[in-house]
Amino acid sequence: MQVRVDQERCQGHGRCYSIAPEVFDTDDIGNGVERGDGSVPPELEERARLAALNCPEGAVVVIES
Amino acid sequence: MSTSGGPVQDWATDFDHADDEWAADPYPIWDDLRDRCPVAHSDRYGGVWLPTKHDDIAAVAYDTDTFTSRAIIVTHARPIAPAPRGMAPPISSDPPFHQGARRVLLPAFAPKAADALEPFTRAFCHELLDDLLASDAPDAAIGYAQHIPVRVIAKMLGFPADDADLFRTFVKNVLEGVDLPPEQRIANYMELDAYLERQIDEHLEHPRDDLTSFLLAAEHDGEPLLREHVQGTMALLLLAGIDTTWSAIGASLWHLAANPADRERLLAEPSLLPTAVEEFLRAYAPVTMARLVKADVEWRGYTMKADEWVLLPFPSANRDSDQFDRADEVVIDRAVNRHAAFGLGIHRCVGSHLARMELRVALEVWLERAPSFRLTDPASVTWSHGQVRGPRTLPVSIG
Repeated sequence: MQVRVDQERCQGHGRCYSIAPEVFDTDDIGNGVERGDGSVPPELEERARLAALNCPEGAVVVIES
Repeated sequence: MSTSGGPVQDWATDFDHADDEWAADPYPIWDDLRDRCPVAHSDRYGGVWLPTKHDDIAAVAYDTDTFTSRAIIVTHARPIAPAPRGMAPPISSDPPFHQGARRVLLPAFAPKAADALEPFTRAFCHELLDDLLASDAPDAAIGYAQHIPVRVIAKMLGFPADDADLFRTFVKNVLEGVDLPPEQRIANYMELDAYLERQIDEHLEHPRDDLTSFLLAAEHDGEPLLREHVQGTMALLLLAGIDTTWSAIGASLWHLAANPADRERLLAEPSLLPTAVEEFLRAYAPVTMARLVKADVEWRGYTMKADEWVLLPFPSANRDSDQFDRADEVVIDRAVNRHAAFGLGIHRCVGSHLARMELRVALEVWLERAPSFRLTDPASVTWSHGQVRGPRTLPVSIG
């Protein structure tokens, strides 16, 4: 699984990095960013999906492998 | 408080957000409108539109070409706002000016900055509870919720903590007095402006490590922020940082006082609190925003006129059953919760991370110190009027 935060849509609600801090981080203005290259280990896939489902702006993109 | 337009005849055609019935319990009004009239209109306040579905509210929030944020509090007047910043940048600014005015503020309100204020907030909550637990007639709104955001924002801006009563007066005048005559509203604004001018002068003379001095030194497009810009932003932070969070803390405590099963579950499972906080934000979102229609427009089949208001009741979006399962129930372990309590789009509440921290800490400390409490008399709870909704009196019996 791959995740990506669409920076055009992200408004910094912070839901992704609160729910799945192992997968997402925050930048200095509070926007969400994927950690590393955005690949998600199997044990964190459910958290990553939950983070995407909780984004008010629909900015978290999940690409299922 | 009755409104100047008289009693509301029909909520679909004559609504008034300053009406007592709306203040006491707006949810049945919005539930009914989502079913039978999802974009209502009223002739009051010179024309107001009221979308109540999540999809329509989001569409207005995203459409900054059609709707301007020049004014965001529905009143009888249309403020002549200095373009492009508006009265209180960035909330009153439109693109492209908005982006830079917001960018200046974001680091000061990022999660790390909010976390840094947590120990201060926690200690202050304990102080408040020391007094409250010694009181014969504790009130969770008056003795607790209302003080927390006031103290935190005063600390951030570098204003005297002793001025707290004054800040609450400004909030009441500007945000609750929406139905007052324009002359009275202008007089009220002038008091706030005079206070902020004194603070700016004092900070220019004695700069220090606080948000006011930071803003006075900040730049926008390579130029220092205009003094009027700084003053408008300070007004925004002072007003918007106070009664919104106070309302969210109060409404959450109101829920926990009236729902012992939820309270007991949080006492048994403290790690559930952040999830419960999101659900309280969804179910009791305090803030309804507004926009002005920029020019005559056909929007989704509605004929809107320039300078008509559009109310954005985010709490109604949060109760839309097309968007949420069991939308009308408070489910404290709700796992999927795309609520819009902090707005949607470019004007997402800049203080949301701070507000979440304050709400979580306020509830944690309350549950630790006063785990058993109930409403003394549900009928004696009173709610604010206007676009920010929360309990203003909340008598509780503790123990």
